[in-house]
Amino acid sequence: MAEPLAHAVSHATEDHKPHGWRRWVYSTNHKDIGTMYLIFSCTMFFIGGGAAMLIRLELFKPGLQFFDPQFFNSLTTMHALIMIFGAVMPGWTGLANWMIPMQLGAPDMALPRLNNLSFWILPFAFTLLIGSFFVPGGAPAGGWTMYPPLVLQTGAAFPMLIFSIHLMGASSILGAINVIVTIMNMRAPSITLLRMPLFVWTWLITAYLLIAVMPVLAGAVTMLLTDHFFGTTFFTAAGGGDPVMFQHIFWFFGHPEVYILILPAFGIVSEIIPTFSRKPLFGYEAMVYATASIAFLSFIVWAHHMFTVGMPLAAQLFFMLTTMLIAVPTGVKVFNWTATMWKGSLSFEPPMLFALAFLFLFTIGGFSGLMLAIVPADYQYQDTYFVVAHFHYVLVPGAIFGMMAGVYYWLPKWTGHMYDMKLGTWHFWLSTIFVNVLFFPQHFLGLAGMPRRIPDYAVQFTDWNMVSSIGGFGFGLSQFLFVILIWKCVHGGEPAGNRAWEGAHGLEWELTSPPPFHSWTEPPSDAVIARGAEH
Amino acid sequence: MMIRAKLASLAPAGVAATAAAAARADSGWSELNMPRGVTDISRKIYDLHMTIFWVCVAIGVIVFGAMIWSLVVYRKSRGAVADVTLVHNTRVEFVWTIVPVFILVAMAVPAARTLVEIEDTTRTELTIKVTGFQWGWQYDFLDDGVSYFSHLDRRSNAARELLSGIDPASVDHYLLNVDNALVVPVATKVRLLITGADVIHSWWVPAFGVKKDAIPGFVNEAWFKVDADKPGLYRGQCAELCGRDHGFMPIVVDVRSKADFAAWLKEKAAQQKEPAAPANAPPGAPPVPPGNTAPPNPPTNTPSAP
Repeated sequence: MAEPLAHAVSHATEDHKPHGWRRWVYSTNHKDIGTMYLIFSCTMFFIGGGAAMLIRLELFKPGLQFFDPQFFNSLTTMHALIMIFGAVMPGWTGLANWMIPMQLGAPDMALPRLNNLSFWILPFAFTLLIGSFFVPGGAPAGGWTMYPPLVLQTGAAFPMLIFSIHLMGASSILGAINVIVTIMNMRAPSITLLRMPLFVWTWLITAYLLIAVMPVLAGAVTMLLTDHFFGTTFFTAAGGGDPVMFQHIFWFFGHPEVYILILPAFGIVSEIIPTFSRKPLFGYEAMVYATASIAFLSFIVWAHHMFTVGMPLAAQLFFMLTTMLIAVPTGVKVFNWTATMWKGSLSFEPPMLFALAFLFLFTIGGFSGLMLAIVPADYQYQDTYFVVAHFHYVLVPGAIFGMMAGVYYWLPKWTGHMYDMKLGTWHFWLSTIFVNVLFFPQHFLGLAGMPRRIPDYAVQFTDWNMVSSIGGFGFGLSQFLFVILIWKCVHGGEPAGNRAWEGAHGLEWELTSPPPFHSWTEPPSDAVIARGAEH
Repeated sequence: MMIRAKLASLAPAGVAATAAAAARADSGWSELNMPRGVTDISRKIYDLHMTIFWVCVAIGVIVFGAMIWSLVVYRKSRGAVADVTLVHNTRVEFVWTIVPVFILVAMAVPAARTLVEIEDTTRTELTIKVTGFQWGWQYDFLDDGVSYFSHLDRRSNAARELLSGIDPASVDHYLLNVDNALVVPVATKVRLLITGADVIHSWWVPAFGVKKDAIPGFVNEAWFKVDADKPGLYRGQCAELCGRDHGFMPIVVDVRSKADFAAWLKEKAAQQKEPAAPANAPPGAPPVPPGNTAPPNPPTNTPSAP
């Protein structure tokens, strides 16, 4: 046994990586694939963001100045699809690829070829989706929720929409399988489940959510496809079908999807706040159980997205109560993060700044979520800008800031260079100020009665729309600083050292910066694990 | 850069529009909160909304207070030393799990009570069928044989065209005005049977606290009862994305005294009994808005109860 093992070790330490385009197209390396995921995510963030800029441009003042309403509807639909499926989900998978093997003491992901496949599906899926802008009838304009019968009025883009969703779903499921198999089988021997870093924990739960609900979405859109082309009437009342059934199926996917977008951010923030508070996470086990509770509850709250469809009283009460219950584990998380900072020794480098913005602004999104749970009040909020403000607060300063915090946290590890702190701090302040200028006034607009998904509005909504648009343009432009910072960091900078941050803990900080091509070629010893865990 | 350039060219026009809007009574800066409305239910909803808002503010003061305290006091730059033993406290964790449950139950009770009232569609005095279509509303007074369509009014419709050159601020109730308003009496429990002709729409009048989806093949129920002393015009919009002109199908409800309503209904019923001849259609018959070549179709399939 000794000889083949020694052979394997010597083999692994050789630089085996192919060069040129083959390194990327044929890649089975978790870091290279992670990098491709992150570049893809960033590209989609700018394309989806470009759509958002056009939306804010048209909404800058009343009257139609730039776009036909149909094209405007395409912009809102595509903005959502690109951001959710193109920017946030692949971004999380990219971080999972990079960090999970390094944090668990593994050489790579468990299923490297599957990893390659799950990434390379995405460019095709999004070429199909974004290509739909150029076909007769234009890009899908029925909203990312794809409610029939409206979505069945989509032109030539319809099958492109459906097949791109199928591809994205397949990619997500493959990625999730890989994460679960890696976590279950590739941990260093002494890393038990309850010794895993929170980022790994939240991703494990996210992966189960993905496997549970992506097939549901695939089923729902397949029924749309057969309704459109093959004469079925799943969602057509005239043929005995039920348009509301689509909404139930869609949101049975859609609500867990919301947590798919946010749980990894919880994990990242749970890594960063202890590091920069120089203090262990408060209530580690409570955090794990709270995450699991949120994931469980996410399956029984879906109809709160559709309180106005006319459900029986008992159903409305049930979904109101379950929705309110989510506030309990979410509250536990926020309190634990706060308690982690309590009596700590805080410093404010860019990862901590973004984690703090997450903490404050996600909580605001949580408050508006609690308000939305109150059914009678929801009748007034539903489908207004109040909802738009709510979910952008949890997705932009929530999921996106969480992701940026993660990049700022691990970028020195990935590149081996420390980045320009001043530029990162500028990026933070500009993003945080503009994101509030962008989204806070939308609460007012919604409460005052402005529906969402409209290209033009009554004159009394002008002022806050202008403010919101200015915030939007400012936020969009600020993001170029992020790209410049990463570009500079990749190409040089102060050496970061293995443990890039004074208070950092965990196995990833025991590897060199940048880490070797095959992360942990042999499992870390208990001594290394203990050193990684100590503060 | 392109966006910035366009923004710069927009700015003067934007300022002008703001000035024009500010000159009107309904300037935008003060549009911050939900209207209290003109029905008992809408006020109960408003009260729930304000209660949960203040509950959130109170929790926010405590949570954000603790966060800001930590940020200020426990800074490394001020020489703070971390207490690494503070990782667990069963009593505190129990409290912050249980207390929110009580707060939520305290909120759920009044919310459920109001919801039960909203769902009570018994003892209504007038029934109107509301059908949403792409893109307008049809109102049927089922007991009186009165039926008509309601579209965006002509002036808004002209101004809303791409680069129309008409300043929206110069149009009365831009995008919130219709050709034929829904006319209802005050102090009457009006029941709406809401359905959709083609895709899903949603009938929403904020002042009544009513928003209900108009779904093809389904009949949804909703009701409102406007205060006796609050006749007037109340405006709303379609609240469910329904295609290209989703943003251009407003709702106007003209609430009149019972006597005025009865007179209007009688006149309207008499008009509609006359043989329909497009050449000498009586004034007040539903005009087809310009640009709409085909008259909107009433629902072709008979809606069935859910």
